[in-house]
Amino acid sequence: MAEKYDLQEREVWDGNFAASQALRQAQVDVVAAYPITPSTPIVENYGSYVANGYIDGEFVMVESEHAAMSGCVGASAAGGRVATATSSQGFALMTEVLYQASGMRLPIVLAVVNRSLASPLNVRGDHSDMYLGRDSGWIQLDCFNAQEAYDLTLCTFKIGENHDVRLPVMVHQDGFITSHTAQNVYPLRDEVAYGFVGEFKPVDDMLDFSRPVTYGAQTEEDWHFEHKARQHKALMDSRSIIDDVFVQFKEISGREYKRVESYMMEDAEVAIVALGTTVETCIIAARELRKEEGVKAGVVAPRCFRPFPFDKIRDALGNVKAIACLDRSSPGGAMGALFNEVSAAIYTTDARPLVTNFIYGLGGRDFSIAEAKRIFKEQKAHVDAGKITTDIQQFSGLRGPHLGFFQTKRS
Amino acid sequence: MAATSIKNLKEFSTSNDRFEGAHTLCPGCAHSMIVRELMNCTDDNLVIAANTGCLEVSTAVYPFTSWDTSWIHIGFENAATAASGAEAMYKARKRKGSLKDNDAPVKFVAFGGDGSTYDIGFQWLSGAVERGHDFTYICLDNENYANTGGQRSSATPIGATTTTAQAGSHSYGKKEKKKDMIAIMAAHGAPYVAQLAPNKWKSMAKGFQKALETEGPCFINTVSACCTEWRFDPKDTINITDLATDSLIFPIYEIIDGHELNILYRPKNVIKVEDYLAAQGRYKHLFKPENKHIIELIQKDVDNKWNMLQRREEARI
Repeated sequence: MAEKYDLQEREVWDGNFAASQALRQAQVDVVAAYPITPSTPIVENYGSYVANGYIDGEFVMVESEHAAMSGCVGASAAGGRVATATSSQGFALMTEVLYQASGMRLPIVLAVVNRSLASPLNVRGDHSDMYLGRDSGWIQLDCFNAQEAYDLTLCTFKIGENHDVRLPVMVHQDGFITSHTAQNVYPLRDEVAYGFVGEFKPVDDMLDFSRPVTYGAQTEEDWHFEHKARQHKALMDSRSIIDDVFVQFKEISGREYKRVESYMMEDAEVAIVALGTTVETCIIAARELRKEEGVKAGVVAPRCFRPFPFDKIRDALGNVKAIACLDRSSPGGAMGALFNEVSAAIYTTDARPLVTNFIYGLGGRDFSIAEAKRIFKEQKAHVDAGKITTDIQQFSGLRGPHLGFFQTKRS
Repeated sequence: MAATSIKNLKEFSTSNDRFEGAHTLCPGCAHSMIVRELMNCTDDNLVIAANTGCLEVSTAVYPFTSWDTSWIHIGFENAATAASGAEAMYKARKRKGSLKDNDAPVKFVAFGGDGSTYDIGFQWLSGAVERGHDFTYICLDNENYANTGGQRSSATPIGATTTTAQAGSHSYGKKEKKKDMIAIMAAHGAPYVAQLAPNKWKSMAKGFQKALETEGPCFINTVSACCTEWRFDPKDTINITDLATDSLIFPIYEIIDGHELNILYRPKNVIKVEDYLAAQGRYKHLFKPENKHIIELIQKDVDNKWNMLQRREEARI
């Protein structure tokens, strides 16, 4: 039985510590991990909880991130609660196994502390690792601060392990800005948190020899398509369960989460769509702009990046006239992913807001309130002109000459 | 445990059969003999992990499975790690008492071909052995990437022709010597390491039992003659394996705790490697006059290795 861990009603935790406390309270059975900045403290802390009796689990320190996720797959198929953490290159190295984990419907929890991908090598936060995982068949939840890193890490277990879901879940936080910034966090009491997450109930347990199971079989053109279709359906069907878990979490914590978060959108004329800590920056910018210049600015943030909340995004943005989609990942010769997905959702309505794309904050480049205000004001200028007056895709916060691509053909 | 009696081959071959005969391995493939022997030599529950390869693609094609026990395949390289993870979960759940049957003994076994063992999965195997998980890794060594049609691996011997190390007018085939995985795994400090062959079925079963009974990570390299890529008649699998063990190109031995070496089979009449090579199409070109020196080189290497093994056994180091 695990030792008792004393918690204050209010703690001062950074995002990494918050996530690791959620792993402790969920009493994760196995963590197979490999260290990488900035996510390392999450698994270090798990190791220290095991070493000091606060968790009755197994900490398996492997020789690479590929092996970390491989060990998680083996452990999860053996019928217990499994989690790990990674960032950036580690995430990239894991990618092969991410697809295998979701294809085998194993409810592993992966705390991803978002960091840029090399080259050039960079340890700071952007969303290129999160975007790399977007087709991997995992549920992806996004946190904007340390409190959310704690809350949503607890929620991930309850979502992924639900027998109607049975999917792995990533819980994202921004490298350094969230992971290494100490903030007030209000934790749940251990028994309340564990009561919420619940006992792990295995499905197709490799250690139940009365019913042998084969994991990771081969399928060719006769069955592969049906398997992948069912996997996609499971992801789409997880939406209502995510909503339920958020409702249940509110009941025990008083804190409310939605698959799409909207701020000041009731009367908004212009909106920014963003992920991660940028959301909070944009909220402050919108609030100040409303006061200072009367710009009706609002913010929309997909809390759930996968399954992508296509309909909720559409509903949230249905009444605005201009939208800036902010992508913190090098788009590699295309428009940013958020721009593409938001535009696609909006296109299915009669509303035809003006949608532009900003690539920003790569490799941890600071994104300021002033920059958010400038983007809001630019959207207002589009609205006043009745058309997009700038390039559709622009790099924001870049040193040197302006970089932008594509002009509107709407008049 | 529950080591199965191994007095009688006929009885042994049908004991506790958890590997179904219905699979799509080539007729004459030694893989199924080795796997069946492993699974028949114990009554304990088995969790089997497999790397991608001939064994995996031939035994778990949805909606069928040949495995009447727990089985998992993730990728080409990570069966050792899948077994590690499952073993860690077993320990955690056993402590908590959450297993379906908390007292039944469970053994963890990983299978890989030589491509996944010597090459792409080398790091994963090394890591799992270094961490000391209680599992047995069995390499089904057929000295090439047979599943993808016969490419060279680092287990392919010098002089063999493969699709990616071809013999031709300017080439005698693979230029590099085979990697010594047994020495490498012994150097990890694994408590039990061995090379075994299915023609010597009794010593193979005993070696498997020893590995399963030994606490900690054990590694066994098994000789798995491949009629398709070595190019011999499928009915001759065991005959070829006899030539392999009697020419000492595949000596049968074990290393305990990284240092105690025991030779498990001493041929009464050692045959020349030439006889072994001549029985396979993959070495046919070596018998051209310009390539004869490679046969001499192989013989010299085999002699040196055998001397070394005998000296180590005698010196108990």
